[in-house]
Formats: sequence, structure tokens, C-alpha cells
Amino acid sequence: MANLEVDLVAADRKVWSGEASMISAPAADGDIGILPGHAPVLAVLRAGTVRITAVDGGSHVVQVDAGFLSVDDNQVTVVVDTARDAVPGTTGRH
Amino acid sequence: MAGQQRVYRQRIRSTQSLKKIFRAMELIAASRIGKARDRVTAAAPYARALTRAVSAVATHAGVDHPLTTERPDARRVAILLVTSDRGMAGAYSASVLREGERLIQQVTDEGKEVALYVTGRRAVSFYSFRHREVAGQWTGSSDAPSAETAQEIADTLLQAFLAAPEDGGVGELHVVYTQFVNMVTQTPRVIRMLPLEVVEGVAAPGEDPLPLYEFEPSPEVVLDALLPRYIQSRIHSCLLQAAASELAARQRAMHTATENAEDLIRMYTRLANQARQSEITQEISEIVSGADALAAS
Repeated sequence: MANLEVDLVAADRKVWSGEASMISAPAADGDIGILPGHAPVLAVLRAGTVRITAVDGGSHVVQVDAGFLSVDDNQVTVVVDTARDAVPGTTGRH
Repeated sequence: MAGQQRVYRQRIRSTQSLKKIFRAMELIAASRIGKARDRVTAAAPYARALTRAVSAVATHAGVDHPLTTERPDARRVAILLVTSDRGMAGAYSASVLREGERLIQQVTDEGKEVALYVTGRRAVSFYSFRHREVAGQWTGSSDAPSAETAQEIADTLLQAFLAAPEDGGVGELHVVYTQFVNMVTQTPRVIRMLPLEVVEGVAAPGEDPLPLYEFEPSPEVVLDALLPRYIQSRIHSCLLQAAASELAARQRAMHTATENAEDLIRMYTRLANQARQSEITQEISEIVSGADALAAS
């Protein structure tokens, strides 16, 4: 099965990027879960937690405030104003 | 005669200490410019993702939004000038201010009022010295602007744009900043930021056509959330470019200043040596003529 290519970007930096098997994000009216093969969608996000399950089994939990998410042909782009790790050290860079 | 020599030595010493300052400023600017350029690159993915999303919504939904509609009712025009906090950067701030003045003149000629917003202490002092009113000002972070500063500026300007004309609402927003072309070229630029012009159906060659998106919860809400962010990201990128330009301009100006100081030191050393030599010559000729006079008597 194909994987999701995820880019999680904040206003001033790239927070996380890589291949994932699943991602869940806090959409405006309820959490949205994305699996490979999802239909193209552009969703507004509220403040909450983005969970990314990487292909290697690792899971990344990032606290975000408002932003949006776009899915297109297994390319997932999560754009947020600010992002911060819920569990320190799970994403690459601060 | 000895006084002449002392004056030259003094000037050499003061020029030497100036040179040290110039050299230090040059090195500081050089070390910061790398970081400033990194920040420009780091903000690029965000801007790219936003631009793509905005054009996706715009091509699909053709929605009218307050930020994309012209406002013929408002006769005020907001102008944001991006300058530096400190001088010692050659003509950097001056050329932005000159470009801004030209734009203000042009807008005034069209019979519109200008609301000035400035960033950087140079612009603030320029306008306070001339007793001209500034609608908003931000200082203190011109060489390393944060996303928060950009957010603050964007919020203020969007508020002004969305306000009713009688509450001082503005109909247009222009930004004057310095574009960072490369280390030697930085050009002052004027861009019209608001109202946004949505260019429809233009896909860059080689790029995949935009897919048919579903909008969650609705195209209007998505556009509502996207456009202010888009403005903020544009302003942030202007600030970052300006910061990189400022540092590059400072590095170049300080490099030239250091070289000029070296030239001055060389010239004064030469003059001091000349004065010393002529003093010696004069003393010798005085002694010789004195001895001659004694021998003749």
C-alpha cells in the first residue's frame, strides 16, 4: 500500500517531513483522520494535537494552534501558525 | 612644527579606533547574514503551501471575499515602510524612505490620503523629526523579525483594511521593502498587497494541475482562514528579505568604510613623516647656519 508523504510546516520553519501511514488532525468541526488514498481535501484546523504515525512505527505528537491541512494524491501538507512537541524530542528540530 | 606632527599622530589614532569599529560591524553583519538567509529559506515551505492552497480555493470556488474586493469607498491608502533599526548600512534605509516618499507623492496626487505604517527606528526618527504622523510603528527586531511580529503587523493592517471608511478604514495596502537579490544587489520594491489579486487558472509549467478538493467545512470558511494567513506570510517574507538586505548592505558599507579608514591612515602617516623630516631638515640647517655664523665672526 502506498504511504502518505507528510510535510508539517510552521510559519517560520519546517517541523516534520517524511513518510507516514496515518495522520490525524483537529479539523474545525471534529478530528479528521487521513489514511493513504484519501480524497483531496482542504480542511481548516483548530488548536489541538496532530498525530502522525510514521512508516517505521514511530509516532509523532505535535501541539499546534490554528492552521489548515491539504491532502492531494497522498501528499499531506499541514500548515500551522506555531507548532510545538507534545512529547519533547519526538520531532527532529525545535 | 612639532605641533603639526602631534596633530597627525592624533588623527591616525582616532582613525585607527574608528577602523576597529567598522571592522567589527562588518564581521557581525557577515556572521548574521547567513542566519538571515536561512530564515528566508525556512519560511519558504509555509509560503508555498499557502499559495497553493489559496489558488486551489480561488480557482474552485470563485468566492468573493472582502480581502479580494476593491474598495472604491475608502479614500485612504495604507503604506508600510520596512527599514532598519540601526544605521551604518549605507543607503539602505534612505533608499526605502525615498521610494516611500515617491509613492506617498503619487498617492497624494491621486487625491487620496496616506496612512503610514513603519517598521524600524530609522523610519520612525525620519518621520518624527519632520513632525509627520505615523499610524503605526514597530521597532526592535529589524535584523531578525519573528513570525509574531509579522502576525502583529498583519493583524493591525487587516483591521485597518476591514474597517469602515469613517473609522479610518483604508482601501489599499502598499508595502515598500528591500528585496534581497543577492549579496551585492538589494533593490527597494513597492508591492500592492491588498486588495489581493487572485490570478485564476494559472498553473506554473511542469506543475500538476490542482485536484478537485473537498472543503472542510466549506469553501468560504476555508478561504476565510487562508487569506489572513496568506497576508501574514507575505508580510513575514517581506520582513525577512528586508532583514537579509539590511545585513548585506551593512556588511558592504562597513567594508568600504574600513577601506577608507585604511586610506586615511596611510595618508596621515605619510603627512606625519613628511612633517618629521622637514622638522629635522630645518633643525640641521639652523645648526649649520649657526655654526657658520660663529666661524665667520
